[in-house]
Amino acid sequence: MMALVLRRLLQSIVVMLVVALMAFTIFRYVGDPVAMMVGQETSLEERAQLRVTLGLDDPIPVQFGRFVISMAQGNFGISYQIGRPVSELLVERLPATLELSGIAALFALLVGIPMGVYTALYPTRWLSKIFLGISLIGISLPTFLIGILLILLFGVTLGWLPTFGRGEVVAIGGWTTGLMSTSGLKSLIMPAFTLGMFQLTLIMRLVRSEMLEVLRTDYIKFARARGLSNRVVNLGHALKNTLVPVITITGLQLGSIIAFAIITETVFQWPGMGLLFIQAISMVDIPIMAAYLVLIAFFFVIINLIVDLLYHVVDPRLRIDTDQG
Amino acid sequence: MKSRSLIFSFLAAFAVAVPAQAQELKFAFQGTLNSLDPYNLNETFHLGFQGNIYEGLIRRGADLAIEPSLATSWEVMEPTRWRFHLRKGVKFHNGNSFNADDVIFSATRVRAEGSDLKTRIAGDTQVIKVDDHTVDFVTTKPNPILHVEWSTWYIMDKEWAEANNAVSPQNVGGNEENYATRHANGTGPFELVSHESGVKTVAATNNAWWDSGNRDSNITKVTFTPVGSDATRVAALLSGQVDMAYPVPVQDQKRVDSNSGTRMLIGPELRTIFLGMDQHSDELLHSSVKGSNPFKDKRVREAFYRAIDIEAIKKKVMRGLSEPSALMISPKLTNIPSGRFQRLAYDLEKSKQLLADAGYGGGFEVGMDCPNDRYVNDEAICQATVSMLAKVGIKVNLLAQPKAKYFPKVLAPNLDVSFYLLGWTPGSLDSWNVLYNLHGCPRVSDGAPIWNKADRNKISSGKFNIGGYCNEEVDALSAKVLSETDAGTRDQLIESAFAKTIGDIAYIPLHQQALAWGVRSGVTLKQRADNQFKWRFVNIK
Repeated sequence: MMALVLRRLLQSIVVMLVVALMAFTIFRYVGDPVAMMVGQETSLEERAQLRVTLGLDDPIPVQFGRFVISMAQGNFGISYQIGRPVSELLVERLPATLELSGIAALFALLVGIPMGVYTALYPTRWLSKIFLGISLIGISLPTFLIGILLILLFGVTLGWLPTFGRGEVVAIGGWTTGLMSTSGLKSLIMPAFTLGMFQLTLIMRLVRSEMLEVLRTDYIKFARARGLSNRVVNLGHALKNTLVPVITITGLQLGSIIAFAIITETVFQWPGMGLLFIQAISMVDIPIMAAYLVLIAFFFVIINLIVDLLYHVVDPRLRIDTDQG
Repeated sequence: MKSRSLIFSFLAAFAVAVPAQAQELKFAFQGTLNSLDPYNLNETFHLGFQGNIYEGLIRRGADLAIEPSLATSWEVMEPTRWRFHLRKGVKFHNGNSFNADDVIFSATRVRAEGSDLKTRIAGDTQVIKVDDHTVDFVTTKPNPILHVEWSTWYIMDKEWAEANNAVSPQNVGGNEENYATRHANGTGPFELVSHESGVKTVAATNNAWWDSGNRDSNITKVTFTPVGSDATRVAALLSGQVDMAYPVPVQDQKRVDSNSGTRMLIGPELRTIFLGMDQHSDELLHSSVKGSNPFKDKRVREAFYRAIDIEAIKKKVMRGLSEPSALMISPKLTNIPSGRFQRLAYDLEKSKQLLADAGYGGGFEVGMDCPNDRYVNDEAICQATVSMLAKVGIKVNLLAQPKAKYFPKVLAPNLDVSFYLLGWTPGSLDSWNVLYNLHGCPRVSDGAPIWNKADRNKISSGKFNIGGYCNEEVDALSAKVLSETDAGTRDQLIESAFAKTIGDIAYIPLHQQALAWGVRSGVTLKQRADNQFKWRFVNIK
């Protein structure tokens, strides 16, 4: 087990380096950061001087080397636009994104699994058909459209929920949370729903198809023959066996949720890392872009590692193999 | 019981006596506020925002007229010596007194390495302290418009900057954050409470402001949030979550107006949008014409001009929110009599005839560059231009890009452009800026001969004259405009210079775009044509 963890951590470093290298190659095509850092009247010499100071005229390998060395020392540089150290910015914005992603994933799980179970157990009922219809909508409507429609309905027309932002946040140590104030909770509802909608439909359909398959297996038949109640059979035995792939998928999707909360954060002006990243792209703020991409690569690797470890914990067959091997 | 009722009536009296006037202004803008350092970025939104917290020696009123601010009066003692009398009894937000030392410090800081506002004061101008409340500016050449850009040159507190290691502006590419990036200490009507870039900035009223008598507002707190997404910003305004939001995109303005809780404030902006053509190269970089440059022929430029139906652009693309213009500057910023200059009439037949006369009767292809996120409906205007020119046989290959890619491509030193769209506001709100930057022959130093492309990264004058339009007579007039101290003569010189540039068809001016501020009912404020939002005029019912 330890060997697995260590191997994976080493791999993560390699992944991050590859991502950083690709990112640096792409950055040349995003635009000119100097043009975004100065006003219209700034002279050409000064722009050229700025390019030299920022090292933008150095060849790509040199810039990349410099970045890797400072990253190894924990220094991600100073944002061109905001003028603050990038690591500070990311740490400040991380709670917003993690909270939103966490709540969205929780919402997707807590609503998706029961919906999936229901549609698997009672496929002919009208409620099942409604759920399947909702899942179709959830999969086919793009995130930003769902977000804007929700804002229009609940924010503008009904006026029940705030249209943007995070509301009042309470700082606990280095973490800021919106869960402890009413405006914070109200602000979480629509973005979490928007972000979690796709995952919800995914989980629902996955649970449904897995359940349908499991319900046809022999051991379920034997359990019913034994006389166990429906509840015990369906929830105790069938559901447990469907959850393994669900956990895998959810874990992998969690990485996607965190990385691609960008669109939801843009629509709801949610002050998380995704919004920081999008703003950095339009202003060609290379330090932020590079740090964000590397951080996300790291997240993905860690999440995959945790999912694989969980797999080992949850599925006894894998454990036996490892012990013997 | 007697004592209890006494306590209650006491408390009740207290409750009535406390004024319920703690009004908060919440507003949203599409861009983010990055640094609060007033010399960090020469850009309208940042300077306008900082101008509520900091102040300059002069300020501009809602009609953009120059008013005394930290300087009570000034006189031109000799053509090269200006004397400014500073206001007494002014305090910075931290309690320090404002005096001549702060002005001299600010003059040095604004010209220091890392400042983006170096053009506010010429590098060779001396700033001399006469006494604690008088400062002289000694220039090397007479400059009648020395102070016109000083409404956005903000005075900083010397002691505060020294105590907080902010003596120089932000060292870009350095390793430390400058204290002035997130903290501010000015003399203005509002003081900074907190600033989180990209999230929220909060300010509160400065009750010790020197001009409190002129404060026309009941605001005690201001909260600014950037909202980049257009739809979200409009939704925030419609739902009442913000009191004011700008800019409102053209397609949402009707909605905001017809909504009972909000209204639109539309006004002319100072920015002129225009089309430019490469008149300098011997052969166009992006064109099907080889061996010659069609734009060098005035008939071709006129043909292009006459093919543009500006009224259709105004009506369909800008939805009525533009002011077609014959001048390359907003008429509000000049004293040219209205009607003096007219646009060339839209005339497709004449346009085709001119092209045929110039030898391009069969038309030709040309590449066009356009930004798509910089000006109001910029890409749509370019697309309209493409279809209009197609009607006279010109095939335009449009490349529309975000400004981060567009500007590096078309500006010096790349100049990789043949036909382009650009917008311009003279930072000094004066015509000389337009004559020098847009019409000046590109040279590496004043008086040098016209540049060639090898010198393109040393250009000093005509930096934004991307097409390389050059008329030595215009240059001569422009130099006279710069140093002419008599206002009447100066206006005439400006008029003659523009007459020449318009006669030469140096550019194809399109229009001045319009400001679009969305305001909640019950909020009154003043809109400025330079799109700066001053909170001291806001009243909330």
